[in-house]
Amino acid sequence: MIALPWLGRVPIGAAIGLFFTIVFLFCAIFAQWIAPYPGSLIIGGVWESSSSRHWLGTDNLGRDLLSRMIYGAQVTVFIAAMATALAFSLGSILGFAAAVIGGWFDSIMSRLVDLLMSIPTLIFGLVVLSVLPSTIPVLIFVMGFLDSTRVYRLSRAVAADINVMDFVEAAKLRGEGRMWIIFREILPNALSPLVSELGLRFIYAVLFLSALSFLGLGVQPPNADWGGMVRENREGIVFGIGAALIPAAAIAALAISVNLVADWVLNRTSSLKGGRGG
Amino acid sequence: MGGWGSILKLIAQRIALGVLLLLAVSVLIFMGTEILPGDVASSILGQAATPQALENLRRELGLDQPAIVRYFSWLGGVLTGDLGVALSNRRDIASAIAPRLANTLFLAFWAAAVSVPLAILLGLIAVRYRNGVVDKTISGLALASTSLPEFFIGYVLIFIFAVTLNWFPSFSTVYEGMPFWQRMQAIALPAAALTLVVLAHMMRMTRAAILNVMQSAYIETAELKGLSQFDIIRRHALPNAIAPVVNVVMLNLAFLVVGVVVVEVIFVYPGMGQYLVDHVSKRDVPVVQAVGLIFAAVYIGLNLIADIAAIIANPRLRHPR
Repeated sequence: MIALPWLGRVPIGAAIGLFFTIVFLFCAIFAQWIAPYPGSLIIGGVWESSSSRHWLGTDNLGRDLLSRMIYGAQVTVFIAAMATALAFSLGSILGFAAAVIGGWFDSIMSRLVDLLMSIPTLIFGLVVLSVLPSTIPVLIFVMGFLDSTRVYRLSRAVAADINVMDFVEAAKLRGEGRMWIIFREILPNALSPLVSELGLRFIYAVLFLSALSFLGLGVQPPNADWGGMVRENREGIVFGIGAALIPAAAIAALAISVNLVADWVLNRTSSLKGGRGG
Repeated sequence: MGGWGSILKLIAQRIALGVLLLLAVSVLIFMGTEILPGDVASSILGQAATPQALENLRRELGLDQPAIVRYFSWLGGVLTGDLGVALSNRRDIASAIAPRLANTLFLAFWAAAVSVPLAILLGLIAVRYRNGVVDKTISGLALASTSLPEFFIGYVLIFIFAVTLNWFPSFSTVYEGMPFWQRMQAIALPAAALTLVVLAHMMRMTRAAILNVMQSAYIETAELKGLSQFDIIRRHALPNAIAPVVNVVMLNLAFLVVGVVVVEVIFVYPGMGQYLVDHVSKRDVPVVQAVGLIFAAVYIGLNLIADIAAIIANPRLRHPR
């Protein structure tokens, strides 16, 4: 445990996770200002090793790897964050609505989600991307839509618990509409378990996007997220050049950091531990 | 015994449900490729195609038929083992898939053969030394490795064992008639990568399943009788834990289905996963549908076995309310 300003005593693991999460977010937000070179400018030989001019060396086309890592952080974090936001808005609203309305709406929605979840996300993602272009809005939509199934399950379970509480009953008796029940009664009380799920879904989105880009079906060149950078530099591995390992390690570091923070938030905030599967 | 009759009935219901689910999934996969604004013909011919050429190709591919007709003729084909022909090279899909499916199953089999016993063993050790240093270390590593992308594990393995140490080839090329040991050497690294991908999760769930058994009253009785920890695990906990562990193992083998796609691409292994990815980028819809359906079927089948194991394991599930 170490003491931090504002947060009080924080376990060391969570503090390390928090530190790296903040570093990655900082890179993502301020990429244009802190990257030493433009991301797509060829400024040196192919796969130069690290030097004082290029801290991480250069990539498969002779572009500065550090700059591309920083821009890659922006692409990765932006798409994953947007997909997570979409998954949460869609999944939680439909989940709350299913719990409040019940009846046929609940049955149809829940069976549909069961059906979508019975196929591995990556496989269904690949099927859909075989006919859709891999543009950034399409990626966000596909990832957000597929991931909303998991948020739906959690929100529905949490909302079903809250829906039978006295204050919701009271609101119904005084004649409030369903919108009021969902947004004024259930949402504020369901926030804490949903927030702790947020980090885990974000990690999932990062890993999903990285896998898609690594397979060549995610972010298209010349833009690259970290998964795409692994793909660009993978031929170097056989010659003993580790350029592809750097973005791969960054994905791992981001995922582990957010995981540590999410774990700490989960332990701290709530007794309502929702489903954390998948 | 009425017990077995009711179990069999439940299992039959489960299987029927699985078949129904698979049918629904086939509709979903078919619909998933129907959502594009144009159609397959225009994506093959590109922007510059003349309307006449488009018309001809559409007729040839049967795209002038309504979607429902095409779905049922596709489904009928799948059920009789005819998966159609690939758009990109006009080859029969079923005969292209057969050797690749065998390769993928070979890889997945050996990954499972290593990871399942290892995960159970580590799970048992973690339970035996619960909350001790060993348990904490195993759990910590497990948490970390669930956040690792498959390609990180894969390329680190290649970097260490293929490039630096030169023990294994970095590309897992296999061909027909390859001697068994050579083939084993070729799949060593991808199998290791797959093992690492599923090991942590499987171990954590095994640990939880066994801990669940360890907290029952009869285990306490055994402890009070003065049996040693390993005797308790071996004679009292393990027999009761087998079915939940089978459930855990099947669920994780289903994860392996997904991991195999990325791992095959990393190691350039000629299996189903690579075949799928190649044809997604070629927009070869019939191949994607066929391979997607096979992956989904395996996934659903493994989940079905997990469900059945749970029914056998837990008498309470045999009497649904």
